[in-house]
Amino acid sequence: MNRLLKNREIFLFLAILLVLVLVTLRFPRFAQPNNLLTIFNDSSILMMLALGQMAVILTRSIDLSMASNLALTGMIVAMTNAAFPGIPIPLLIVMCVFIGGVLGAFNGILVWKLEIPPIVVTLGTLTIFRGLVFVISGGAWVNAAQMSPDFVSLQRTIFLGLPLLSWFAIATALLFYLLMTRTPLGRALYAIGVNPTASVYTGIDVGRTKFYAFVIAGAVAGLCGYLWISRYVIASVEVAGGYELNIIAACVIGGVSIAGGIGSVAGVLMGAIFLGVINNALPVINISPFWQMAISGTAILLAVVLNARGERRKGRIILKKAEAV
Amino acid sequence: MTDIHATGRSLPNRLDNPLKSAVLSWESLLVLVAVGIFLLNSFASPYFLNAYSLSDLTFNFTEKGLIALAMALLIISGEIDLSVAAIIALASTMMGLALQYGADTPTLVAVGVGVGILCGAFNGFLVTGLKLPSIVVTIGTMSLFRGIAFIVLGDQSFKGYPPSFSWFGQGYVWWVISLELMLFLVSAVIYWVLLHRTNFGRRVFAIGNNDVAAQFSGVRVDRIKFILFCLTGLMSGIAAVLLTARLGSTRPSIAEGFELEAITMVVLGGVSILGGAGSIVGVVLAALIIGLVTFGLGLLNVPGIVMTIFTGSLLIVVIALPILFRMWRLRA
Repeated sequence: MNRLLKNREIFLFLAILLVLVLVTLRFPRFAQPNNLLTIFNDSSILMMLALGQMAVILTRSIDLSMASNLALTGMIVAMTNAAFPGIPIPLLIVMCVFIGGVLGAFNGILVWKLEIPPIVVTLGTLTIFRGLVFVISGGAWVNAAQMSPDFVSLQRTIFLGLPLLSWFAIATALLFYLLMTRTPLGRALYAIGVNPTASVYTGIDVGRTKFYAFVIAGAVAGLCGYLWISRYVIASVEVAGGYELNIIAACVIGGVSIAGGIGSVAGVLMGAIFLGVINNALPVINISPFWQMAISGTAILLAVVLNARGERRKGRIILKKAEAV
Repeated sequence: MTDIHATGRSLPNRLDNPLKSAVLSWESLLVLVAVGIFLLNSFASPYFLNAYSLSDLTFNFTEKGLIALAMALLIISGEIDLSVAAIIALASTMMGLALQYGADTPTLVAVGVGVGILCGAFNGFLVTGLKLPSIVVTIGTMSLFRGIAFIVLGDQSFKGYPPSFSWFGQGYVWWVISLELMLFLVSAVIYWVLLHRTNFGRRVFAIGNNDVAAQFSGVRVDRIKFILFCLTGLMSGIAAVLLTARLGSTRPSIAEGFELEAITMVVLGGVSILGGAGSIVGVVLAALIIGLVTFGLGLLNVPGIVMTIFTGSLLIVVIALPILFRMWRLRA
């Protein structure tokens, strides 16, 4: 049991299974494959955002501006689509990734070149980006009638039995898996989080690597901007308000250490799915959706307690002492 | 004890802290900025320069300023509390609940302040007792506290607070000096003495500069951090009483975004987000500046969401400027 608790992914998988079983006992239709696929699809955007956030948190940073970035990019792309319905959707998606990446790069530059603490930078851009949504839209909404049919239907297209939205999440997850485990950049992200001093001596440019992490998170947020807007078919100032907390929650529940250096793609995916399952289960077992916030808060606290227990056994204390001296 | 350091310390070498060297002249710079904005406001709007306008202005920053005072100490000690706005929501909801059971004004105030302290103590316990990073803990409790408010209230609201209770948010002590302003000024003096004139304050600085060294020098690091979390909770509780009394109603979404503004005040006031440096005078001036900016923009009919662009930019620019200045000086 102890070893099981140590392995975050297995533990989370069992926790998700437990929730599924408990709900299914009362409502057999909950665990039908169709509904499970719906839950996966519902969690797709959160999964992608949490993966982007993980890249940042690994480097001992944090990006609080992702939800605002999503809202801003989403508004830009929705307005572009409303004004020029002729622009092909794939081009719009590329545009989203680019705009999101630029917004992320803005965070990254401030962290890299000016060495401003990431929490301050992204606290600032959190309000700035969302304010800009109001400025460019004038507070108006872009609704379903203004969007082109392709814009709305693309992510709902079924491909090999799954909506394209799910495929976006799967592709992103695969890319992140390759990035984290098979590329120098991915390894550098971990190295910086575990020991920045040692990373410098091994030739890693700490500032530049953090910059890349913010660009990655921004690009993901931008892509999710399109996916979010076309999923809920409304672009407004309030889109994804406060969602940055859910993103961080998914990471923390997924075993990403806020102290940096610890976290896995599988864990983060499971963290997001866990929140997705809970959110889908609440209405089924007739609990008001108003419980959602308190439940994710509790889940964050439980997860961070578990994380701390796991980390303490890893002998990082010795390194920490060496650093302090 | 990783928390802020974990996210904030970007490079291993943090001997040269640009904020620390700038902090000497920081307050004077803030005074200049405040005077500048004051003059700008006076020219921009004919309604600005009279006693009642200026009195109204203070309501823009007193509640957040009260929290910022305690938050300043907490950030100087190297921790942070993102849950303050959620504490307001929970305290306000509990006051509303107490009202439903026929509580009188003193009880309402006691409930608000008491819930605040309890929430702060809960944060403090998780951070110091269980050794968890404060940034994640308070992100968690932020969802939890406001989540409880949502569970209790849903899409409803509590109304019907007695007039004697409303006085806390709307009453005036003397002429145009409101009770809120009075409380803010008195608290500012208390926190100034506490931080700059007592052993406790010295220890807070010591912890923020090096908590390991402080521990070995005989400072009870955990106990002091716990007290600071309780103080932040207490100030949030007081802010909850004032805000609820001023608005006259409680919704679960009350005080949304207050944590960002309080932290902006603290950082704008010259407190290093990495801990170990800062002053109460700076925080008070920063609170005043933010009050002036938002009120001035309000007089010019700028919508609230656009104002947040200004506060957000102010936060980044004010921190970036000394750093840019230092880089420029090193190059010259």
